[in-house]
Amino acid sequence: MAEIRFEKVEKRFGDVVVVRELDLTAHDGEFFTFVGPSGCGKSTILNMIAGLEPVSKGRIFFDNAVVNDLTPKERDVAMVFQSYALYPHMTVHKNIAFPLKMKKIPDATIDNEVRRIAELLGLEDLLKRTPKELSGGQRQRVALGRAIIRRPRVFLMDEPLSNLDARLRVEMRAELKRLHHELKITTIYVTHDQSEALSLSERIAVLDKGEVQQCGTPREVYSKPANIFVGGFIGSPPMNFVHATIRGLDPLRIDCQSFIISPQHEITPEHNSVTVGIRPEDIVVTDKKSENCVEIAVSLVEPAGSFNWIDFVWGNIKMKGTGKLDIDISAGDRAFITFPPDKVTLFDTASGMRL
Amino acid sequence: MKRICGNISFSLTVILIVFLSLLPFVWFLNTSLKTQLNVTAIPPTLLPSFSFHFYQSAIANYGLLHYVKNSLIVAGSSTLITLIIAIFAGYALARLKIKHKGLIMGGLLLVSMFPQISIAGPVWKILASIGWLNTYQGLVLPYVTLTLPLGVWILASFFKELPKELEDAAKIDGCGHFQTLFKVIIPLAAPGVFTAAILIFIYSWNEFFFALLIMTKQKYQTLPVGIALFQGQYTMPWGEIAAASTVATIPLVLLVFLFQKRIVRGLSAGAIKG
Repeated sequence: MAEIRFEKVEKRFGDVVVVRELDLTAHDGEFFTFVGPSGCGKSTILNMIAGLEPVSKGRIFFDNAVVNDLTPKERDVAMVFQSYALYPHMTVHKNIAFPLKMKKIPDATIDNEVRRIAELLGLEDLLKRTPKELSGGQRQRVALGRAIIRRPRVFLMDEPLSNLDARLRVEMRAELKRLHHELKITTIYVTHDQSEALSLSERIAVLDKGEVQQCGTPREVYSKPANIFVGGFIGSPPMNFVHATIRGLDPLRIDCQSFIISPQHEITPEHNSVTVGIRPEDIVVTDKKSENCVEIAVSLVEPAGSFNWIDFVWGNIKMKGTGKLDIDISAGDRAFITFPPDKVTLFDTASGMRL
Repeated sequence: MKRICGNISFSLTVILIVFLSLLPFVWFLNTSLKTQLNVTAIPPTLLPSFSFHFYQSAIANYGLLHYVKNSLIVAGSSTLITLIIAIFAGYALARLKIKHKGLIMGGLLLVSMFPQISIAGPVWKILASIGWLNTYQGLVLPYVTLTLPLGVWILASFFKELPKELEDAAKIDGCGHFQTLFKVIIPLAAPGVFTAAILIFIYSWNEFFFALLIMTKQKYQTLPVGIALFQGQYTMPWGEIAAASTVATIPLVLLVFLFQKRIVRGLSAGAIKG
């Protein structure tokens, strides 16, 4: 178990900077997630921690010891790959036992350990099979088993759930959380799926174009996004953005497409031009006019089980909100929206930063 | 109707090709099993008499087993040495960060295309100057040189196709470069290793030109050269030549049949999601 600290870490491939100025710490025993769109450098960060990719600049520490020049073996990390990367010529037993075999641990001890891990992951009956005789979920478990059998200092996971079908993914998510709770090993997780990041992690770093946009607890990045990118990336469906103008500061009056809102935010904006972010789950679409509502045109109604997602156009901006199941509107109708003004997030339009 | 016609013409073509390819082999197999009289009988007899006379004669009078031994030594060690070098070179070219990789691979291909006759003189001179003419190593060395490009190409392309994650996984599980190579890469590239081994062995086993040039003493001559020299000034021992040719061919046929399954079997199935 270890604390992992990045100090001004940079990674370039030739002239292309893939990761820049990475400066953060994953605490001992923490479940820490790097999330971002593909190509944001998150897998590269994982490979740098593992020692599979050299660091171009800066230092990586495990518990105050620099590991830049250590081999993967010396770093004592374990990794679960997106493709599982099981050894196809070995049985499940041999796959799980492999890291211990490399450590030259006596066979009897290895066998005991493998059985303990197999029990933990429900693999007892599969030990004699080869990877090609397993289903996706079973392969995933074997890959996990191979990683945890060593009790590594750090656990690295590179999109481990993205090859599973939706149902299995939710199951394995719970399993990962349970395992982390039991083993308490520092875990660095990489995913492009923000909902996975939110549900699993203790803290999240949101990455874009090789730079950390925000680092915080799931609740922080969700409710207080640092900038427009984080606001749009975290949360599903993504946040709606409306261009607006500040009409007064005390009290705050914001002109959203001629609709004036007065959120209780204390801000000191540099410009009059701001972007208002509204979560779709905060917008309620109704067919009845009420006080403080805005008239919009409905473009799509998507049933989501217990409620409806409703796509609509406000002025000329396409947005998304929610509606009750029994609402009597369909595409093309006029309808009304309301949202609590205090729940909006304000961004500086020029810099994109939250105000 | 069209389909039946197509099937028939396909089958006929296949039969014709198989017949033409097998004809020489069947011919000398047939000849080797005839008696001395039948070999030169006119009109020729089509069916053999299943006599092993020529095999006994080839062994007793022409030293067939001696040539087989020499061929096994030369082809076996050439294959082994080439494979060992090609595995390391192929892995390095497939995975390590080396400058001018394309140039190296292209160069290898180019070298393998030199006509043998153009390098025969220099090779002979070099071997003569180090006293390796009429030694096993004198023949093994050029064979290794000539088969290396093929071996490296086959293995490099096999190694390249293996998922990179498997190597990463092995490194993280505590393997160094060599352990990764021997515990993970080679077992998975087994079909490639066998393919390369068989092709190299066949080349070294069949090679005639260098064998004739370098091995002038009967003690070191290999099968192809030995068989060619069965012929005396006034004799043409057709039966013994046919018997020796059969003996020279059968190991190769067996080898290919034996390892065909390994070559075809897709060992890497199940490694990654698919």
